Amino acid sequence: MTISLDVARSSDVNPDGYHEFTLGEFTFRRDEFFVYISWPTGDHMMSADAFLRALQRDVAWDFFYGIVNFDGVFGTVNHYGRVDMFAGRYNDSYRKAELDYSETHDTPVIRETFKSILSDWTNQSFDPFASPHETGSAFGVKNGDNDRAVTRQRVAADRMVGLPGDQQPRSDEMGFPINRMFADVDQSEPVVEVEPGFENEVAAFSLFAYLSRSDVTWNPSVVSVCKDSLACPTTEEYILPIIHGNDRVEWFIQLSDQITWEVEDRDTGAVRSRVVMKAGDVSAMPADIRHQGYSPKRSMLLVWENNSEAIPEAIASGKAPTYPVQF
Amino acid sequence: MTTTSPAQGGAVQHAKYVTKFGSLASHEKGRVELIADDPRHYAFSNIFEVAAMMPAWDRVAVAKNWEYVLETVRAEGVSPWFTASHDEFAICMDDAGGEVLVELIKLETPIATDDVEGAVLVDGEPVGPKMGRIHLKRGHQALLPAGSAYRFVKDGDPGVLLLQTIGGRLTQYRWSQICQTV
Repeated sequence: MTISLDVARSSDVNPDGYHEFTLGEFTFRRDEFFVYISWPTGDHMMSADAFLRALQRDVAWDFFYGIVNFDGVFGTVNHYGRVDMFAGRYNDSYRKAELDYSETHDTPVIRETFKSILSDWTNQSFDPFASPHETGSAFGVKNGDNDRAVTRQRVAADRMVGLPGDQQPRSDEMGFPINRMFADVDQSEPVVEVEPGFENEVAAFSLFAYLSRSDVTWNPSVVSVCKDSLACPTTEEYILPIIHGNDRVEWFIQLSDQITWEVEDRDTGAVRSRVVMKAGDVSAMPADIRHQGYSPKRSMLLVWENNSEAIPEAIASGKAPTYPVQF
Repeated sequence: MTTTSPAQGGAVQHAKYVTKFGSLASHEKGRVELIADDPRHYAFSNIFEVAAMMPAWDRVAVAKNWEYVLETVRAEGVSPWFTASHDEFAICMDDAGGEVLVELIKLETPIATDDVEGAVLVDGEPVGPKMGRIHLKRGHQALLPAGSAYRFVKDGDPGVLLLQTIGGRLTQYRWSQICQTV
């Protein structure tokens, strides 16, 4: 079967210079300040700034694990090959009013549509991956583009950063200066003494220096791989632009500074807890919650994932618990 | 103070920021503030607090996701020799002002067969060629390659390691002892 990747985009731009997009029964349009999403049973408005930050993560993560809530109404569910695009599906009030709506699309189709929206609606002044201190405004009429920023590839080591042929430590020369909030982080690399013949196996790198040079926020990248166990550290500043709904347990290890997580029920949005994490703290995010983080200073977070394809179905069917351990 | 450019809103920032890492000697612990949940669902702990209460070189799980674990280790003195059939990784979370040395030997005959997951002890001195040594300071991460024997050496005050591995016969599960329960 051949899948059409043609993106349904208006031939003309609106008075603010932006194209309108359609995917299934959903339509998307933006003006100077807002994004407008319509579906057969409703309409929704979001700040263009918040929408583009969320859209950037959804595209860069290829719909990530589970649910990417752009806010309390609109978002996507990853089925790893197909993606649900929904409105109100995980909002108790919309559900009770029967105003929720969802469509399923092949991943390449929704991916291309979202990439096109991101490219068309991101002005040259705005980098959706950057902290608010490090980028200009998302607002205003159409003003160029920032395709260099919005097409960054997610970094993923095959075995470990620093090994020959794998991802390498970041440097000034590679275009990764030390972030202003990590200027005090030690940049020394480990001393590695390798006997001849073991150059591909004896390796180490400075994880903290690597993270201090990250040019993006809230964007986990894989640094080490033990079968399906992926260490995905990231640097965080301000607010996670999405509310992540889990389809599996994931773990957070706070490497530096502090993040506060607001945790809600994944399906209804009912508040469940607030998790305050300081350096050295470890916390699971259960498979039936959704969470959004707040980082007052740029911080280092180790996100630890189990990439097994078997988990979402095992949890959804009740064969596996939604909590990581029982005690 | 520094000021962002007008294009970035002109907000005023501090001229310097202090990054807070934890250590055995100095760490603060956060917590799960409950509204409508059970704290056990989060298995919330702190690796420095765990390392402070455990004997040296005990491999205590602080995170578990199916067969995979993250283990916290109090690094003090010389560890036993370990090996695994798969790659493992060590992050030095606290060097106590010194370093954690990793010694690696390529085992002539694998001790952990492919069907054995997690680290196992090497009985006696490992036999095989030296692969090398790695000097880890705080924030450094090392590969502990499959089929190697490795041990850690930590002189001076104790440090803390975080190991990415698979749960095995040496993994200790002490959730009720280390996690927030109320």
